[in-house]
Amino acid sequence: MAGETESGTGQEQPVATTQPEGAQIKSEERADAPNLVVDTGPSGLSERLKQAAVATFVTAVLGFFFLPIRTSIAPGGLDITWRWSLYALALIFAFFGKLLVDAYLLSPAGPRVRAMVSGLFILGFAVLYAWHPLGDILFGTGQFEELLGSVLIGVVFGAILLGLVLLISRATGKIGTPATGVAAQKKADRITSFGTWSLRILFVVALLLPWIVMFLFPNRDRQLIDISILILTYVMLGWGLNIVVGLAGLLDLGYVAFYAVGAYAYALLAQYLGFGFWMALPLAGLFAALWGLVLGFPVLRLRGDYLAIVTLAFGEIIRVVLLNWSDFTGGPDGIGRIPKPTLFGIEFNRGEGGFADIFGLDYDTIHRFIFFYYIIFVLALITHFATMRLRRLPVGRAWEALREDEIACRSLGINTTLVKLSAFSIGAMFGGFAGSFFATRQGFISPESFTFIESAIILAIVVLGGLGSQIGVVFASIVMIGGIELLRNIGFMSVVFGENFDPTQFRMLIFGLAMVLIMVWKPRGLISARQPSAVYKERKSIGADVVAQGEGH
Amino acid sequence: MEYFIQQLINGLTLGSIYGLIAIGYTMVYGIIGMINFAHGDIFTVGAYVALAVILLLGITGATGATMLILALLLVLVISMIFTAVWGWTVERVAYRPLRGSFRLAPLITAIGMSIVLQNFIQVTQGARVKPIQPIISGGIPLFDSRADGGIIVQLSWMQLLIIVSTFVLMVGFTLLITKTALGRSQRACEQDQKMAALLGVDVDKTISLTFVMGAALAAVAGLMFLLLYGVLDFYIGFLAGIKAFTAAVLGGIGSLPGAMLGGIVLGLIEVFWSAYFSVEYKDVAAFSILAIVLIFMPSGLLGKPEVEKV
Repeated sequence: MAGETESGTGQEQPVATTQPEGAQIKSEERADAPNLVVDTGPSGLSERLKQAAVATFVTAVLGFFFLPIRTSIAPGGLDITWRWSLYALALIFAFFGKLLVDAYLLSPAGPRVRAMVSGLFILGFAVLYAWHPLGDILFGTGQFEELLGSVLIGVVFGAILLGLVLLISRATGKIGTPATGVAAQKKADRITSFGTWSLRILFVVALLLPWIVMFLFPNRDRQLIDISILILTYVMLGWGLNIVVGLAGLLDLGYVAFYAVGAYAYALLAQYLGFGFWMALPLAGLFAALWGLVLGFPVLRLRGDYLAIVTLAFGEIIRVVLLNWSDFTGGPDGIGRIPKPTLFGIEFNRGEGGFADIFGLDYDTIHRFIFFYYIIFVLALITHFATMRLRRLPVGRAWEALREDEIACRSLGINTTLVKLSAFSIGAMFGGFAGSFFATRQGFISPESFTFIESAIILAIVVLGGLGSQIGVVFASIVMIGGIELLRNIGFMSVVFGENFDPTQFRMLIFGLAMVLIMVWKPRGLISARQPSAVYKERKSIGADVVAQGEGH
Repeated sequence: MEYFIQQLINGLTLGSIYGLIAIGYTMVYGIIGMINFAHGDIFTVGAYVALAVILLLGITGATGATMLILALLLVLVISMIFTAVWGWTVERVAYRPLRGSFRLAPLITAIGMSIVLQNFIQVTQGARVKPIQPIISGGIPLFDSRADGGIIVQLSWMQLLIIVSTFVLMVGFTLLITKTALGRSQRACEQDQKMAALLGVDVDKTISLTFVMGAALAAVAGLMFLLLYGVLDFYIGFLAGIKAFTAAVLGGIGSLPGAMLGGIVLGLIEVFWSAYFSVEYKDVAAFSILAIVLIFMPSGLLGKPEVEKV
């Protein structure tokens, strides 16, 4: 798996080869219109082979101290274990990965070259597979088949992801090509209609999900509903952050702080004042929004990237304070036994007065899971509808205007501080709601759950889904959170990779790679819903050329 | 008083490490105006490479003085070269294709790259902390007031090594920027990339070299960190990176002496904060300084105020 990272790094080199400034437009056009040949990459086979060799060499240098060498703690200090097979595999992968990705994706080759490249790839593996001595020398006896199996799984998973990505971007039309007039209208309509019908289908599926799951997978229903709850939590967080990043264009790297404020607000209210979930929920949102104001006020004068770093710093400050203020927050031990929510006072307990008892059902823990599912479902829906409504209000239009051009905004008399603050605190409020839901679902919270990585995951979801796109966030959450959680539970993975294999350790690696690749490939995200909510006369989508000229920071 | 001097020495040492990393941030910001968020993790890469080379060469505390110096030099060179390749690759893969795109795009890929590097190290080298035995021990005792119930103030060889090598590198670097052709083209790109390109400066190459140099200095910082603290994990680059960025901002982003000055000031503040107030909140102190400086003094100590052009 680590080999894939390496080849991932190797694969991108062709994009950059001797590209002039603004070449991004070209590569975006190329991605969207395969017929339009803009040749910035290699053309002949020998050239391709040479570049693949260079990529392999770079991979060899990059990986030398990480792949074959593994330092591990031994009785007398640190010890080195050698893993040459992994290294060899990474290099082979880099070589063929670069060749194939080049030939098929980045600088499409003619059929002859493609056939030769693919033939070479198949031949190479066939030789290794058939001629055991070579495989044994390179990889160690009997190791080759095992490694090959893991590679195949990686390739299949990657292909599925890629297919999904292509499907979504196909369905939403050619994104990135400048379009005006009728074409833009059509394109905008297509994006909107795609969003509308997929949202409708998703809504129905999500509404009935617990029953679908119970019907189809009666043995694993708890687990699957639990994963769905997790996905919905991230959808909600993504939508909340989307207001700040996607609509108002403020890069907030400390969003998790508001999530933490919401979670701690509920936990502390319950611990010290005996509040229930439903009473604490609005207060948690309020606290988070207030913190949004308090933190937002001083920093919002800053420019985009400075703002990002300062929000990150604030997020860390809140976490460190939660960690060290032991008397009040419990410090690293966190807060436990946070009460569960009730349904109009009915608890989901066994015995008299519980949910099952009152409705005459047999007691089953799944009731509580379903209840949790619907709570987060409704909360997420509220977030969505509030966002959609806000976008039509003057303040929402001001957010979008701000995202496109801050100076123009100020010239037109929009109070940018107020507009930014409202985006910041409303986004924070939804983070706070999600946080208090998280606290009640887990029943236990500690500062561990609110590290920067969490902010990065939420940001990754927003970015991958397409900044400003509501449906994109849903897809990104399903793929990134659900996909990885499911991987963990698939039996054959542990057969191939051994008992101790845990795909979650690759989760962040995949997240990071996806973030980089998608940003490079489509800087506006997979579904770039950049058409403004308010239009004058006709819709114009903002093409990559305009973006590339520095408009719309 | 003795305690104060000891803390002063500690602060200078820590500040030197921050300064070395901060140079990478400040140079990149100066030339392409982006925060290279992955720079902190390049520092981690440097530290891990250094660790592997130290283990491969079998350097321990028992190695003789001459051999030790030669071996550490070798470690330094290897680590600088390999880390520089990482820096080059990161720029090539994640930033160059986005040059000229909207401003948040490279920042987002930089965050992605930082996540990738961190987790690449975690996956390939494991998540556990790696401790090594101290390699350089001993030092020069400056005052010894133990007889009067005081403490011993000492400048350890390790601290001396860090401060001196940082100083040497800084001098060399300033010469590189002010006297050589490379430095000239770098300054030209900083002022106006298009004009520099028209005048025959290879802008891509200059930017690549900026990343290479920044990464090499981060590798030096990585080795120093490893020798000073003796422990490594895949996460060290995150905190060190933010603090080094704070140092760069404090000194005035885009200014090389500013980065060094900012690093030392930040190191001193952090050490004195831990010594006299509370160790737990030392990170809060550093982050608050970042926020305060950015809000009230965005051009830092030695920076030029930025003019917003429409």
